[in-house]
Amino acid sequence: MERHQCNGCGYIYDEARGDIHNGYAPGTKFSALPQDWCCPDCAVREKPDFERVEGAVA
Amino acid sequence: MTMQTLQSEDAGSWKDGKRRLWLMGLLWPALPLISAALALTTDIGLFWWLTPVVIYGLVPLLDRLIGEDRHNAPESMVAALENDRYYRLATYAFIPVQYLSVIGGAWLAMRGGLPALDLAGLAISVGLVSGAGINTAHELGHKRPALERWLARITLAPAAYGHFYVEHNRGHHVRVATPEDPASSRLGENFYQFLPRSVWGSLKSAWHLEKARLERNGKPVWHHSNENLQAWAMTVVLFGGLALWLGAAVLPFLLLQAVIGFSLLEVVNFLEHYGLCRQKEASGRYERCKPEHSWNSNHIVTNLMLYHLQRHSDHHANPTRRYQALRHFEQAPQLPSGYAGMIVVAMIPPLWRALMDHRVLAHYDGDVSRCNIYPPAREKLLARYGADQQTRVEA
Repeated sequence: MERHQCNGCGYIYDEARGDIHNGYAPGTKFSALPQDWCCPDCAVREKPDFERVEGAVA
Repeated sequence: MTMQTLQSEDAGSWKDGKRRLWLMGLLWPALPLISAALALTTDIGLFWWLTPVVIYGLVPLLDRLIGEDRHNAPESMVAALENDRYYRLATYAFIPVQYLSVIGGAWLAMRGGLPALDLAGLAISVGLVSGAGINTAHELGHKRPALERWLARITLAPAAYGHFYVEHNRGHHVRVATPEDPASSRLGENFYQFLPRSVWGSLKSAWHLEKARLERNGKPVWHHSNENLQAWAMTVVLFGGLALWLGAAVLPFLLLQAVIGFSLLEVVNFLEHYGLCRQKEASGRYERCKPEHSWNSNHIVTNLMLYHLQRHSDHHANPTRRYQALRHFEQAPQLPSGYAGMIVVAMIPPLWRALMDHRVLAHYDGDVSRCNIYPPAREKLLARYGADQQTRVEA
C-alpha cells in the first residue's frame, strides 16, 4: 500500500484508508483514482502534483 | 496613506498588531441590532438604513482614509498564529450575533407598525448580515476540523446558500479563473449578466458534485448524506421554525433577505477574478492557480471586516491557511479600493468597466487574448484592444 502527499497543503492519500467520504474505498490504488482527481483538502494540487511518501503508515 | 499595523519583521519580537482588531468582524452582524436600537429609541426611521449606509458608504470611506496594510507575519510565526485558538473563536462568535440579527430582524418585521420604507431597510440590513455570514462560512468551510465545517453550514443557512460549501471548495477552487467556472467573472461581463450565470451555474455544479460523490459510494443523489440536502434542510428548519413562531407572512421577508444575502456574495465573487485567466499548458491542463489569478486589496478596514478575504491570491494558493496568516504578494493584482467600495462600483457597470478593463489589460501586457473573455463581447473586445489576426481566426 502506497501513500501519496499533496505538495501544497500536505494532505496524504493513504491507499490503505482510501477516502471513504469521497467514494474511494480502503484499498483503492492511487493509480486507480481518476486522472482529473485533485486534492480533497485544498483543491489546488492535482493528481500529477502528488508525491509518493516512503515509510510506514502512521 | 499606508498603515503599518505590525511593528517588526523580527520574529522574536513580532506581535500581531491586528489581533484584537479582528473582533471588528462582529460589528457587521451587529449592525441591524444597533440600527434597530437607534430607530426605536429615537423614532427616526432612517436609522433602519444604517447597515447599508455603513457597508456601502462608511467602510469604503474608512478604507480610503485609513489606507492599506501590506505587512505579512514572519513565516516562522505562521504555525503559532494558525494554532492560536483565539482567532478561530473570533470567527465562531460571529454566528450567534448573526442569528440574533436574523431572528430579531424577522421578529421586528412581524411585530407590525413599520412603514414599508423602514421594513425595506430592515430586510436589506438583515440580508447584508446573511451575506457576510457566507464570508464567515467561507473561512470556516475551508478548514479540516469537522466542527468548523458544520459551523460553516449553519452560517450559510440564513442566506439559503448551503450548497456554497460544496461548490466553493470542490468546484470554484478547482476551476477558478477559467471559462469553466461559473463564479469567475469575465472581461466584458457586467454584474447583472454574471449574477444569474453564477447563481444557476454554482447550484448545478454543487448538485452534480454531490451526485458524483454519492454514486461512487453506491448511493442515490436523494440521500440523507447529500451535503447539499443537509445544508438546505438547515434553511428549511430555520425558516420553518420562524414561520411557525411568527406566522407564514414572515417568509417573504426571509426570502428577500436571503436573495440580498447571496447577491452580496455574488458581487464579491464578481470582483475577485474579473477577466483573469489561467492559461492551458501543452498537456491540456490549466496552469496551477497562482497569485496573478485573483484581485486583491490591502485596505485594512474591509480586510478586518471580512477576515482577510481580500488577500485572495494567497487564499487560492493555500486554501487551508487561516485568515490571520494570509499574505500580501507584490505580484498579485490589486484593486483600486477595498472590496466594500468595489462592490458599489460593480453595481454600476459603466464605472466598473472604466475602472477595471484597462487594469485587466495592463495585467496581461495589453494581450486581450490571454484574458477570460465574456463570449458575447469577444469580437468587440478583440477589435477594441487589437488582438492579432491569428487570435481572431482561432476565436
